[in-house]
Amino acid sequence: MSFHILVQQVVNGLVLGSVYGLIAVGYTMVYGIIGMINFAHGDVYMIAAYLTAIFLAALTLLGIQSPPLLILLVLLLTMAFTALYGWSMERIAYKPLRHSTRLAPLISAIGMSLILQNYVRLSQGARSQGTPTLIQGSVRLFENGPDQFVQITYAQILIVVTAVIGMSLLWYWIQSTAMGRACRAVQQDRIMAALLGVDTDRVISVVFVLGASMAAVAGTLVTFNYGSFDFFIGFVIGIKAFTAAVLGGIGSLPGAMLGGLVLGLAESIFSGFVNTDYKDVFAFSLLVGVLIFRPSGLLGRPEVEKV
Amino acid sequence: MNRPAILELRGVDVAHGRTPVLHGVSLTVGRGEIVTLIGANGAGKSTLLMAIFGLPSVSRGEVWFDGQPITRLPTHRVARLGLAQVPEGRRIFPGMTVLENLVMGSMVGEKDEAALARIHALFPLLRERGGQRAGTLSGGEQQMLAIGRALMSRPRLLLLDEPSLGLAPLMIRRIFQALREIVAEGTTLFLVEQNANQALRLADRGYVLANGRIVLEGSGLALLADPEVRRAYLGGH
Repeated sequence: MSFHILVQQVVNGLVLGSVYGLIAVGYTMVYGIIGMINFAHGDVYMIAAYLTAIFLAALTLLGIQSPPLLILLVLLLTMAFTALYGWSMERIAYKPLRHSTRLAPLISAIGMSLILQNYVRLSQGARSQGTPTLIQGSVRLFENGPDQFVQITYAQILIVVTAVIGMSLLWYWIQSTAMGRACRAVQQDRIMAALLGVDTDRVISVVFVLGASMAAVAGTLVTFNYGSFDFFIGFVIGIKAFTAAVLGGIGSLPGAMLGGLVLGLAESIFSGFVNTDYKDVFAFSLLVGVLIFRPSGLLGRPEVEKV
Repeated sequence: MNRPAILELRGVDVAHGRTPVLHGVSLTVGRGEIVTLIGANGAGKSTLLMAIFGLPSVSRGEVWFDGQPITRLPTHRVARLGLAQVPEGRRIFPGMTVLENLVMGSMVGEKDEAALARIHALFPLLRERGGQRAGTLSGGEQQMLAIGRALMSRPRLLLLDEPSLGLAPLMIRRIFQALREIVAEGTTLFLVEQNANQALRLADRGYVLANGRIVLEGSGLALLADPEVRRAYLGGH
């Protein structure tokens, strides 16, 4: 009996962890490049959920029936529009504060978060919204009697597969393209990058656009899976993803991915074996524990400068 | 001075926040020349080099490069005009490989094979260590990397901030040898140094900066012979 629960919770944890990882990437990249925590990033995820519903309705009205095509188009459109939100957010709320104190953009980010939430509440209503489930069906593994099996839905498979593809593309982009190299250069030494002709403002914009698109992937996939959302969903998942980024080592891209997985798995296994109500307490205790023994996170490098 | 100027500062004032650092600095670097700027610690030498790139920006006066004013240009635009800087402290990207550092130097990040080959010929060590993380190099090797990276954009003017700082005498000789080769290939050099002896021997002309003002200028050999310069900067008697 406990074997099935364990495997089932590992599956659920991987799904949850993929979602955390996709959002955590946005926190960690922005922190890496301008040293601020973008508190409005969770709300970007929330915007993506609404955009998913809007595009789904619009495309269905246009007569597109095939689920795979619908999913792909909605995903791409949501990514594009959410990216636009990310870009505008940086332009409006953070760029004017670039040469100000360290605290100013942080406060601006909290303001941006409140604005996004209330803008959605006013324009879309405060009640929970829903979309029809596009992806139905599941597979059962290790079936051994009427209530002894591990169930994986197709929607869960889609989440993990898309997350892996998204992260791999992002990793490739950062490691192997000229713009990705410029990103890493700005992260390591913004002044030197500028001295070499890198337009640092443009690089920062690109990072916001990428972070928002990854959050959009998470928002779209979760909406396809759960089907219900409201204007406040960005808050808790944002805090969780931020925790994942810190857990993995903020500023480190593989760290955010690993942190997401660790957090998702821990939360899910704890829910399965101990208690569901206290899963958040467990998740944040894990963070405290890791930070006590590894203050820079699992994969974060302590800042040592060689002179 | 009959050579056309590639770099010209006209009455430049620069401040760090509210603290004034440079006062009415005027100087000229002619095309193909080696010009050095010497001065004590804190005289404003590094600030002068950075101000050419607008970091911090010039509060009064003008900076001209190759016949066009660059006083108000954003840093990355200045860098794309054909002048490159090896800044104070070298500022290599420690988390990148040696090769990636070099590629970062070539304008918009496109790999320039010919420029890379030239730098590998100048510093063969940078080829051997191509895949190594730059942060693990020794000080002298990092200096070579910083110079190599600056040369990747094929600059017409190279600004160097204390390339000899903290290096062993043997390494200093190798760096200065490389600088001679760079000049022989037609690059103009503007060199800031505390190591005034080496710098003045290499340079065609020199300026002396003290408390944010140019107090003396002349040919390298003339400054080297100047009793005032010898007493203040060369430790001579």
